[in-house]
Amino acid sequence: MMELLRVARGLRANGVIGINERNAEYTLAYNPRDRYPLVDDKLLTKQFADKAGVAVPPLYGVVEIQHQVLELAAMLSPHQDFVVKPCRGSQGDGIVVVTGRSRNQYEIADGTFMSEEEMAFHVSNILSGIFSLGGQPDKALIEYRVDFDLVFKDVTYRGVPDVRIIVFLGVPVMAMVRLPTRMSRGKANLHQGAVGAGVDMATGITTSAVWKGQLVDTHPDTGNPVAGVAIPNWARLLEIAARSYELTGLGYQGIDIVLDSVRGPLVLELNARPGLAIQLANRRGLGKQLDAVRADHKQLTGIQARVDYARARFGADA
Amino acid sequence: MSRLHLYALAGALALCGIALFAYKAFFLQLPLYPGQRSDVWRVETELRFTAKNGPAKLTVQLPAPTGRLQVIDQSFVSSGYGLTVAPGAAVNQQATFSIAAATGPQVLYSRVVISRVVSLDTVSREPQPEVQRPNLNPPAAVAAEEIVRSARERAADPETLAALIAQRLRNAPVGGEAEYLVGRSPSVARIVATTVDLLGLAGVPSRSVTGISLELERRNAEFVHWLEVFQDGMWRSVYVGETRPEVVQHYLPWWRGRSAFAAIEGGTDLSHHITVSRSQELSLQTAMQQQRATEKRLVEFSLFGLPLQTQFLFRSLVVIPLGIFLLVVLRNVVGFKTFGTFMPVLIALAFRETGIIWGAAFFAIIVAIGLAVRFYLERLKLLLVPRLAVGVMVVVLIICVLTVLFHRVGFTRGLSVGLFPIVILTMTIERMSVVWEENGPLEALQQAVGSLVVGVLTFLVMNIPQLEHLLFVFPELLLVVLAATLLLGRYSGYRLTELRRFRALSR
Repeated sequence: MMELLRVARGLRANGVIGINERNAEYTLAYNPRDRYPLVDDKLLTKQFADKAGVAVPPLYGVVEIQHQVLELAAMLSPHQDFVVKPCRGSQGDGIVVVTGRSRNQYEIADGTFMSEEEMAFHVSNILSGIFSLGGQPDKALIEYRVDFDLVFKDVTYRGVPDVRIIVFLGVPVMAMVRLPTRMSRGKANLHQGAVGAGVDMATGITTSAVWKGQLVDTHPDTGNPVAGVAIPNWARLLEIAARSYELTGLGYQGIDIVLDSVRGPLVLELNARPGLAIQLANRRGLGKQLDAVRADHKQLTGIQARVDYARARFGADA
Repeated sequence: MSRLHLYALAGALALCGIALFAYKAFFLQLPLYPGQRSDVWRVETELRFTAKNGPAKLTVQLPAPTGRLQVIDQSFVSSGYGLTVAPGAAVNQQATFSIAAATGPQVLYSRVVISRVVSLDTVSREPQPEVQRPNLNPPAAVAAEEIVRSARERAADPETLAALIAQRLRNAPVGGEAEYLVGRSPSVARIVATTVDLLGLAGVPSRSVTGISLELERRNAEFVHWLEVFQDGMWRSVYVGETRPEVVQHYLPWWRGRSAFAAIEGGTDLSHHITVSRSQELSLQTAMQQQRATEKRLVEFSLFGLPLQTQFLFRSLVVIPLGIFLLVVLRNVVGFKTFGTFMPVLIALAFRETGIIWGAAFFAIIVAIGLAVRFYLERLKLLLVPRLAVGVMVVVLIICVLTVLFHRVGFTRGLSVGLFPIVILTMTIERMSVVWEENGPLEALQQAVGSLVVGVLTFLVMNIPQLEHLLFVFPELLLVVLAATLLLGRYSGYRLTELRRFRALSR
């Protein structure tokens, strides 16, 4: 009992945020309900971001009704590789990354194969809402497969690594790189066993890492150290993150950016209830940064001012 | 601002609840404790019939106990009906409901409060009753004489004579006199009636008794039959169907003789429904010493004014908020993960009927079989809604098979397996299989066990008699539970599981 109190006091002192606090003090307080559909519906996010000049993976097609599943093969035929994802999915569930074709089979990112029929069934499942929040009927998106920048290739096992940045009132406050592992089966989701690496906000260089809730130094599959990798275009990433506040109007959000070798940073999705494991990845709590932003955000006018503030105040040495 | 608002609202609600509770508890003196299982029962009779567009008259027997039990209160709910209570044949009491014009379905209630007599009257003598000689056709008379003669040879007094005759009739050998009189495997009622006839033949005064057993609280009590024999100036009971003393001492005699329970004129489809409940709240003292003022207030100010059937329902209903409150604590303060938000509370409600051990076992069995079927169905690649529909049907089938199986092996507890919420179980199975595929069996089992543990904990809390009593007698306490839940709604501290999750960051 005393031990628990001591841990709680320690966490409080380090500004660690719990789920209850995130919900009560941030998502409920700063995220207006009517803005949620914008981020929960990935098609809407994509259209919106596109209009605002934020780069997103190009859309190849949308399957909205069961009948269209019959034309799926025709819709997919022009593309060698692509991604199928549920429009309202959460936690990366239901995403299938097709890396190529061999005869009439699709090659999947995790090394397995999928037949035409299995693909059609998967899309049907997406439409029926099995992956969507609350099980509502859904749409399936078919989009460009990111050809990811090789910067993370030594610390990634298959799949696409992405950068998650938490943005509070337009100020980027914390970031991590999510690295797929064998266990996460190519998914960049910490719940499913991906590695989360903390990022120095000032420099964009990875610092520390967490895997399955444990602090680690190396990638579990490749054995390479996770720290010390510099994210290219870091200033641009922070700018995209800061801009997302005006885009969605959500005070507290997570933005997932993926680095494409040709197209540069692309926004994959936005999240109105970003997870808290980012604190473990960075080995620090979010609370102090959030308090600082709450106190100072009125003085920060313009996107550049917010980015500069983040780099100056939230770096690893600050 | 919103925080202040919340505190003010929660405070006001809690204050209201506590004030009302204090008023009822200390000023009206409503009982705070369930007390000892007092010897007071409520027996409620619901009578239904369909009136034929005209005058209707319904005559019904009222409980007329003698000996160890007595009626201490009697009331009727019969809007629009005239009511007369009059003695019927023997020592019976009959109520007659009458109305000049009635159409369609009619419902009438009568309620009696029965209590145990503190000291048994063993002194007064009743006058010697007349003996009714039965009219038997000649062959039956011969068989009857034979049975009476052989019983007389071994009987010491009228009571043992009655017992011997009843025993002979009960174990009627094939082809014997007894079988001729009562037929093969006779009902208790038949044995009682025939024994009374035979005792009449022997010149011993006796009468048949119909009543109910108060031993168990039940929503649909059935009549039991026995007889009384006159000996040494008193009527003594002879039990034919049941001999265990702890059971028969809770037999409530309802009426004597062969009259029917209820008779209707000007109506059809007469049916009755008798509910027995041990009244924990009305201990004898409060009911008697305070001239039953307390009882009147109880009825006025609580759920006691409702018909018994509804009261049973409300006993379960008032503890649901308590279970849900606990669920909120377990999820938001402790950090349990469960399948579905309120699933554990519904499981806990089912446990109230099945009992905890068997409930948990049934839950595990149904979910395990359901999961196996679900994994097989996965290969058929069904779409979501048809797949869920198939899941519901599979669960219903599993429950049917289990119930029949339990019934065959004589495991009566198992029959309550049908009370499990079918749709909730199906959703649990579906979600569990998805978690199983996405995050592995370990995570799925963890969540299943988590749900079960939360279900068991909520059951344990919802099943504390003291809490159930308090919430039933003082439903305004639910306002306090509501206030506490409102406050928890803004609890932004750590969950216990997060202390473990973020432990590394506490240094």
